[in-house]
Amino acid sequence: MTDAGPTDRKQIVKTNRRTALVVAGVVAAMVGLSFAAVPAYRAFCQVTGWGGTTQRADAAADAILERAVTIRFDGTTGADLPWRFRPEQISQTLKVGESGLAFYEAENLSDRPVTGRATYNVSPAKAGLYFKKIDCFCFTEQRLAPGEKVSMPVTYFIDPAIARDRNLDDVQTITLSYTFFRWDDEDAPPAESGAE
Amino acid sequence: MAHAHQEHAHAGEHGHDHKPPFFVRWFYSTNHKDIGTLYLIFAILAGIIGGAMSGLMRMELAEPGVTFLTQFSGGDPIAAANFYNVLITYHGLIMIFFMVMPAMIGGFGNWFVPIMIGAPDMAFPRMNNISFWLYAASGVLLTLSLFAAGDTGQLGFGGGWVLYPPLSVRGSPGPAMDLLILSLHLAGASSILGAINFITTIFNMRAPGMTLHKMPLFAWAVLVTAFLLVLSLPVLAGAITMLLADRNFGTAFFDAAAGGDPILYQHLFWFFGHPEVYILILPGFGIISHVVSTFSRKPIFGYLGMAYAMVAIGFVGFIVWAHHMYTVGLSVNMKAYFVAATMVIAVPTGIKIFSWIATMWGGSIVFKTPMLWAIGFIFLFTVGGVTGVVLANAGIDHYLHDTYYVVAHFHYVLSLGAVFAIFAGWYYWFAKMTGKMYREWLGQLHFWIMFVGVNLIFFPQHFLGLQGMPRRYIDYPEAFATWNEVSTWGYYVTVLGVAVFAVAMFDAFFVYRRKAEANPWGEGATTLEWTLPSPPPFHQFNELPRFDRGDAKAF
Repeated sequence: MTDAGPTDRKQIVKTNRRTALVVAGVVAAMVGLSFAAVPAYRAFCQVTGWGGTTQRADAAADAILERAVTIRFDGTTGADLPWRFRPEQISQTLKVGESGLAFYEAENLSDRPVTGRATYNVSPAKAGLYFKKIDCFCFTEQRLAPGEKVSMPVTYFIDPAIARDRNLDDVQTITLSYTFFRWDDEDAPPAESGAE
Repeated sequence: MAHAHQEHAHAGEHGHDHKPPFFVRWFYSTNHKDIGTLYLIFAILAGIIGGAMSGLMRMELAEPGVTFLTQFSGGDPIAAANFYNVLITYHGLIMIFFMVMPAMIGGFGNWFVPIMIGAPDMAFPRMNNISFWLYAASGVLLTLSLFAAGDTGQLGFGGGWVLYPPLSVRGSPGPAMDLLILSLHLAGASSILGAINFITTIFNMRAPGMTLHKMPLFAWAVLVTAFLLVLSLPVLAGAITMLLADRNFGTAFFDAAAGGDPILYQHLFWFFGHPEVYILILPGFGIISHVVSTFSRKPIFGYLGMAYAMVAIGFVGFIVWAHHMYTVGLSVNMKAYFVAATMVIAVPTGIKIFSWIATMWGGSIVFKTPMLWAIGFIFLFTVGGVTGVVLANAGIDHYLHDTYYVVAHFHYVLSLGAVFAIFAGWYYWFAKMTGKMYREWLGQLHFWIMFVGVNLIFFPQHFLGLQGMPRRYIDYPEAFATWNEVSTWGYYVTVLGVAVFAVAMFDAFFVYRRKAEANPWGEGATTLEWTLPSPPPFHQFNELPRFDRGDAKAF
């Protein structure tokens, strides 16, 4: 720094400050991205069916294939939900594209009205993209009066597009799983469906 | 200005170094060497605590059954198991965040990056001070968290260093986890400030004529590490802020009951966590390059390849994170991608290993203590790297996931790799930092005992893992008894090695007291720190070294 005059020193301070600001900007951007990852991840799972996220359909399939798939049913509840919740059938075997109707039974074991909401996915996860629900009790929250027992339907089909995905060639059984959790906020507007 | 500087230099020769008085020097310190020393002391203390924790774990695991930790739980085996889980959690966090990172980046980085690039100090000396004291505060919070309630009847958080929800949200309602989150926030903030400081220093304050392509490899290593810190730590900060919000403010980022997804936390965590393991090892790569070159009396083989191999490792390190998550239910295609990307890392890493060997090839090798540690590093890191390639295969990982094979793998690359690199750097630069020499045979004894000890601890854990012993449990079936016992013997041998280290240091400071020359290693040591006296003056390079005349090389 023998030939570093005061102007040079000022220049270095200025350059240093600029570099530090740029890097600090990168840090801020990464923090922002980590929070942006939350909605991005959800959207990604819904669109691609990754993680076994099932899809919604407005109408039944337009074709029925020869290939048969067995659907197994599973139902559990969160620890703080005083319900009994179980599928009314162990499994259903139907052709790809054929609409199926399955029922789950839920009973409020407590002496107070309780609202619950089901999360769901299918296993193997790669089948999520082809598992389409036309109607399901899981699309909205369910409120049960004390001691009330209900039978809840789910209408679904396996998308015939499954035949064109070679990764799904080995799939003969798909397990549809629901977990009911307590839904605390009584006045909340119905949340959008597809929450994992 | 120039005049004043020369006067400074003149005064320095007469021993008036303008060192401030004790309190101002060590608590208000803005001097990169003093801050580096503080970091090294911090790292040694943390290493002793983290090492003692592994001792408790190994003593418990010496034989099947819950036999040892019950001493700390009043005989209650469940409380002992909780305590064991707390130990594994804090052992990991302390060793990663409070031992390896402060030693490599805060300690050696602060000490030698400015000197190696010919700068008088870091770009922002006061920010450097803030970085250290944030770290100290973070260490205090971590210690508090260890003694705060985690759950009913349990002190500390016992969910592993990865802090996965729901265990870290619903499973640990006490303040221990909140304190831990705040501790990591502070440690992260400290490291980010430090990284900004290193990047600015290295980009703007190199000596005239020292281009990036003439810069010593340790400075390169710290530069790449700083970029990894800047890009990855904010994501950890985001993830643990979400944890904090889920715990205290009723959000549901990771709560399946309200539409969140705990797997999202794992993605965010490992987007940080995988670069983090390169943060831990890259500065070690830099140190090893210097030591191997010095004691082979040859310039490093393939300098540019070495530098850009580190850049490549840093880059690829960001796109392989899900190989920690093969068992969460990723699709086959996704696993195929992460397997392939992970294996790609073996290429630049191989470049480094072979370049170190090529540097030694035909050199006139001197087996001084730092060189022993460096060769030990190359051997152990390669063993850990090979098991890493094994684990990179999703199919094999489904079997080995969360077994002792994984424990053995990451201890070979970190506990043995990174720690051996730290010791290589410690013995290499000890004379420079303290102005004293250590007794050579004590350093070598330390190496050999430790080398035997750590291999005895971790090599049998490969067998245990292959036999299916899961990690993170206090107890195991009788069938795993033999190799666990051997592993615990290994721990005792390692402790003996650490004791020799303590003796060697005590001896160097108080008994041997041999003054070190400016360059004790001879012609092989070519970087700028060896042109300064040992220890360097409080302010160095009042006249900047120049690399723009002739073809002077920095390395």
